[in-house]
Amino acid sequence: MNGESKTVVEPYGVERAVPETEAEFRQEEMLLNLGPSHPSMHGIVRIITKLQGELVLDAEVEIGYLHRAFEKSCEATTWNQALIYTDRLNYVSTCINNVGYCMAVEKLLEIELPPRGQYIRTMLCEVSRIADHLTCVGAAAMELGAFTVFLYMMIAREYCYELIEDYCGARITTNCSRVGGMPHDLSDGWLEKVRWTVGKVRHILKECDILLTYNRIFVDRTKGIGAISKERALQYGFTGPMLRACGVPYDVRKDHPYLIYHQLDWTVPVGHRGDVLDRYLVRMEEMEQSCRILEQCAGKIPGGPVSCDDKQVMLPDKKDTYGNIEGLMNHFKLIMDGHGIRVPAGEVYFSVEAGNGELGFYVVSAPDENSRDGCNNRPWRVRCRPPCLSFVAAMPEMIRGLMVADVVPTFGSINMIGGELDR
Amino acid sequence: MWIDLVILLAKIAVVFAGIMTGAFVLTWAERKQSALMADRIGANRCAILGIKLWGLINSLADALKLIFKEDFLPPKGLRVLHAIAPIFAMFPVFVTFAVLPFGPPLQIAGKEIPLQILTLDIGLLYILAFGGMAVYGVMLAGWASNNKYSLLGGMRGSAQMISYEIIIGLSLIGPVMVFGTLDPGRMVVAQNDLLWGWLPKWGIIVQPLAFLLFLPAAMAETKRAPFDLPEGESEIIGFSLEYSGMRWGMFFLGEFAEIVVLGAVMATVFFGGYQVPYLFSGAEAASLPGFHFPWGGYLPLGEWWIVALRVLSFGFKVLCLMWLQMQIRWTFPRFRYDQLMRVSWREMMPLALANIAVTGIVIMLVSR
Repeated sequence: MNGESKTVVEPYGVERAVPETEAEFRQEEMLLNLGPSHPSMHGIVRIITKLQGELVLDAEVEIGYLHRAFEKSCEATTWNQALIYTDRLNYVSTCINNVGYCMAVEKLLEIELPPRGQYIRTMLCEVSRIADHLTCVGAAAMELGAFTVFLYMMIAREYCYELIEDYCGARITTNCSRVGGMPHDLSDGWLEKVRWTVGKVRHILKECDILLTYNRIFVDRTKGIGAISKERALQYGFTGPMLRACGVPYDVRKDHPYLIYHQLDWTVPVGHRGDVLDRYLVRMEEMEQSCRILEQCAGKIPGGPVSCDDKQVMLPDKKDTYGNIEGLMNHFKLIMDGHGIRVPAGEVYFSVEAGNGELGFYVVSAPDENSRDGCNNRPWRVRCRPPCLSFVAAMPEMIRGLMVADVVPTFGSINMIGGELDR
Repeated sequence: MWIDLVILLAKIAVVFAGIMTGAFVLTWAERKQSALMADRIGANRCAILGIKLWGLINSLADALKLIFKEDFLPPKGLRVLHAIAPIFAMFPVFVTFAVLPFGPPLQIAGKEIPLQILTLDIGLLYILAFGGMAVYGVMLAGWASNNKYSLLGGMRGSAQMISYEIIIGLSLIGPVMVFGTLDPGRMVVAQNDLLWGWLPKWGIIVQPLAFLLFLPAAMAETKRAPFDLPEGESEIIGFSLEYSGMRWGMFFLGEFAEIVVLGAVMATVFFGGYQVPYLFSGAEAASLPGFHFPWGGYLPLGEWWIVALRVLSFGFKVLCLMWLQMQIRWTFPRFRYDQLMRVSWREMMPLALANIAVTGIVIMLVSR
């Protein structure tokens, strides 16, 4: 080496002195598009990376490929019709979206569900959360090459989806809730199935835990990768497992309790490094906590109605619709165009803890010009706060200075779901 | 003279058919084994006249599909290099097998026929030399495709394969020192000796560390998980991104053939090749052919039975080692580029060198 040396930056911030000629050679930059059609860009998203060899100098995330005007579409529907659009938000844990939207409208209507309905909602949400985390962890592991783990987790997810299917007949487009209540009661033996599923999920999680947490390659690939500090995470507006992995114990279920979460015994797992490994560990522990919640719910669920008894909100039983004129009239008034649920004017924000974090709905009802009661049967505005938007925004900061191979686990750990991100 | 040629051609045909069948069956076995490991069923739909053969027909269908698919050439790629890269990936693998003995020498009509295409004094060097050529396939494919992903894959591939070749070479020096020969044929013969009268002197017993170094290094040469960085289908899709049809199939076939060949090399160097423990032919034991057990038992066997047993034993060992490679492939996640390099240069290389030094000292002490 001659005297003239230059310092170059290598991946992970390592600085190294190299001969000037080599430094010149190393400065060559390459623009690489990861996506929009790329095996590990879940759904469709594009990460434009500026590379120096395999070192990521800078990155930019381009979103919007899955935009389908969720918020605008909701304005053209009645209150209950908008529900089916929420299925398409986070399409892995749809029940949480359904429940979140319904509870936002219920807050506007000042309705509270009877306990049994709240228990059912809680259980559906937790089953969905498990499915969501399983998908995220499994897919991230698959992208690291651990294909077998992915398939094990899909088996567990299958049990969760079967449970949801058993309740509402659908696996993904669940539409499992209604404004003001639940469409129907639990089927026979559902609670036993919950206990069985919890057992199965726990067993599979234990297996996957052995395959990943105690796997040196997996830990080496994830530890310290894609880390973000507590302060930056809060500035970006992180919520959910991503924020908890940074060490902030914020969970909507604990901090702004809804449904019956405050009556149950469960904890909020917290990490401290804020890297991919901590996010993985937090998600794994959250699945265990969800299992605990499910068990407690299955044991404590009371009897009684599942919906509120307000006839202006909930449809009558089918036997009343077909059997007497009051029921038929009630049904007509809620279903026909121009009638439906009359929501008083006002605006409300309500958030639930979705798989990815705080899923908020800002719902506005404005009286239409013909209304005599100051109500409206359509939402005037439904704004959705998607949890993963802030994660994607922080993506360039998280991957800067890492290698191309690290982009994939980092992106896997933020669990971007195109449906809720682009809406 | 012509009879020698016929014998040689026959041996080449047998070996080539063996590798091809092995690779063919492996595509099926990999599906089935990964399915088994992941609680799935695996390929089971393809059938000819309702005969499914547990999904084996699927491999045929795959081959047909690959042959009839469009042979895509990237418009701005280098036509010639793009075309020959798959050949470079496949050819060295097949050639490697030439020096590996798959059975004991046959005695037919007073003529000794070694079951080995090429009896070469420098057999192991030959294996290393052709193993080293495989890197050209990856590099040319990555370079000639005119695709950034392919280029990254090719660069990763060349760095990885060259690094691990060194480990392979160093880890093989130990067995070479112990057996005192580079000829795989003689190495196998030497492995039928017994240590202290009861322990077969297999490579893995006298050189366990060498085996532990050789296995991962050899798997890194096959470019399969956990060393599938050049492919890394979830990151950079890989050096074969711009290949389609049978050209892509040739990379794939080369990869599977490499599994067979590696199984054979490992069986030859570390697992006694075609030897069955305690089985001696008449010439070797200078006595009666058959099993001579260390506790004094004796089981007589005809010479032809011995040959058959030994060929079968070789096949069985290769099968087991191929199974081992697949088991590893479906269990571990992928390394990262810098981690792979670190493992090679900082962790395996010193161990390999230490192994050579210790082996040398031990041999010196023992022979004194």
